[in-house]
Amino acid sequence: MITLKQVHKYYSVGKNKLHVLKGLDVDIQEGELVSIMGSSGSGKSTMLNILGILDDYDEGEYHLNNTLIQNLSAKKAAYYRNRFLGFVFQSFNLLSFKTAQENVALPLYYQKVGRRKRNKLAMEYLEMVGLSDRADHTPSELSGGQKQRVALARALISQPKVILADEPTGALDTQTTQEVMDIFKEVHRKGITVVIVTHENEIAEQTDRVIRLRDGIIESDKVKQEELTVKE
Amino acid sequence: MFDLDKWNEIYATVKKHKLRTFLTAFGVFWGIFMLIVLLGAGRGFQNGVEESFDVAKNAVFVWSRRTSEPYKGLKVGRRVQFTNDDVKAIRNEIPEVDVIAPRNGLGGGFSVNYKTKSSSFEVNGEYPDFLKVRPAEVIAGRFINMLDIEQKRKVAVIGERVQEVLFEEGEKPIGKYIRIRGISFKVVGISRGKGDSEDIKEAAETIIICNTALQQAFNQVNKVGFFAFTPKEGIPAVVIEDKIKALLAKRHSIAPTDKKALGSANVEKEYARVQGLFFIIGAFSWFVSIGTIIAGAVGVSNIMLVIVRERTKEIGIRKALGATPWSIISLILQESIVITALSGYFGLLAGTALMEFINSMGVKGNFFANPEVDMTIAVSALATLIVTGTFAGFIPARKAARVNPVEALSDE
Ligand SMILES: Nc1ncnc2c1ncn2[C@@H]1O[C@H](COP(=O)(O)OP(=O)(O)O)[C@@H](O)[C@H]1O
Ligand SMILES: [Mg+2]
Repeated sequence: MITLKQVHKYYSVGKNKLHVLKGLDVDIQEGELVSIMGSSGSGKSTMLNILGILDDYDEGEYHLNNTLIQNLSAKKAAYYRNRFLGFVFQSFNLLSFKTAQENVALPLYYQKVGRRKRNKLAMEYLEMVGLSDRADHTPSELSGGQKQRVALARALISQPKVILADEPTGALDTQTTQEVMDIFKEVHRKGITVVIVTHENEIAEQTDRVIRLRDGIIESDKVKQEELTVKE
Repeated sequence: MFDLDKWNEIYATVKKHKLRTFLTAFGVFWGIFMLIVLLGAGRGFQNGVEESFDVAKNAVFVWSRRTSEPYKGLKVGRRVQFTNDDVKAIRNEIPEVDVIAPRNGLGGGFSVNYKTKSSSFEVNGEYPDFLKVRPAEVIAGRFINMLDIEQKRKVAVIGERVQEVLFEEGEKPIGKYIRIRGISFKVVGISRGKGDSEDIKEAAETIIICNTALQQAFNQVNKVGFFAFTPKEGIPAVVIEDKIKALLAKRHSIAPTDKKALGSANVEKEYARVQGLFFIIGAFSWFVSIGTIIAGAVGVSNIMLVIVRERTKEIGIRKALGATPWSIISLILQESIVITALSGYFGLLAGTALMEFINSMGVKGNFFANPEVDMTIAVSALATLIVTGTFAGFIPARKAARVNPVEALSDE
């Protein structure tokens, strides 16, 4: 599903070039639940943004669903983001002036789905994350955990192939962290590929595979066979 | 493009920035308002002046004076006298001339009587074609016709003031005989002049009689006092003015260099000058208003830039969810067009309402009548609006489309 071959990324800081990703080779199969760990500044978010076609890379190749993602037009990039990818951010990134239901429905708006159908589907996904009773609330009327569940519903509504989450539980307490994590696992069970950036071991332990980054290099890439079987 | 979601969003942002939106919208409002009022007033001015033209817009008048140079043995200061033969000669030799309306006036002090009443009025002998040069409305009876001219009938068409003075209230003047300098003329019609109030007043105090009857009755046989002409369609008035004067000079032995013996007036020239003035007034109105509209549009553009900056994060989110650049551009552009169009529309309404109000008040002077907003003005104003709205939104919209989602979504 996701293949990175010798991907390099530089940021220019003033006159200097900052080498952030130093040749990443990653292969993630369809349906995997992967966590990316690493200390702050190791390049996790950068890697995730590249996977999400929010950012581009300077060298190497990135294939998403067997399509080479390189020098895409803004329109093409929007199309792939809309059809293949779902995002979950640490700071939720919900639109503050829209209700939970409207927020969830938004990706379908960009798929030109009719208003009525959009709202109906949004309701179904809110129900899936257990928030159908909060459909008319704006984000400011929701708790952190609820916001993240709305964001998850929004990421899922377009039935993406891959969910990309950047420290989705970074702003949540232990209790709600587990609630959100349970939804991720549920999504994983439905066969969707899930990539979670995190620095919490409790999260990483619940994934099938942990990729550790260090200074833009993959330090380790471990598949946890036994734990997987225990859970299933 | 214009779906409900975008309307919701426009409504939401406008509500969030009420004062700022109002202030910028006011700029556009004022521009359109000024445009409508200035152009409407200009049009009113033009209507007023055009209405005050009581003569055909291409009429040429020629009259005679005394010679100022000796010529062919004739002395200086000789009085030039036009004749009926001049009419025939002009008709035969200058094909560009359409209407020839000779006129004779009745000079000296005299009174006009009916029964016991008596007063003095202006009396002119005219041809039927007089109406083609100086339009008037025949409100009762008829005007002078060619039969009158051929048979030298003593018939008269009187103005409304003449009727008022000579006749009792309710008495019908048509068919009655009035006496002009002791000679009876049968009233066949009542006419009302056109033009400004001065012209109308003058026409009301004038008696028009059959030209040939005047010549015969008042000792002016074969004399013509004054000519009015119009050229055939498509021919400039100045062409016949020059040709007629040259021909008359030749026929009356006036030196070609004598500029004083023949007087003339050319309405077309005057009219063209007035038209030129109106063109300048119109252009000036557009210039001023477009300047104001542009200033308003720059204001709209600025507020949109601020809005784009404030909404960077939102735009980043939308992009992450799959918004195409065009959908972002249209979001901003539409908002800009709606603000401009709506405020401009109110300007249009207010301007039109003011013009209508002035119209309904019946403000009418010598040089002002019916200020109006015609369709062309409204449509041009609307087009100007949409164009400026699009321009105003374009820079902010492009900026919005270029928002980098990674930067927009970064938490610092
Ligand atoms: N837009 C940017 N411009 C310059 N440097 C950046 C930018 N974004 C990230 N970086 C740098 O790239 C490195 C990796 O950042 P990031 O991927 O956000 O790390 P992580 O998410 O693992 O904490 C850091 O050193 C950071 O300072
Ligand atoms: Mg990060």
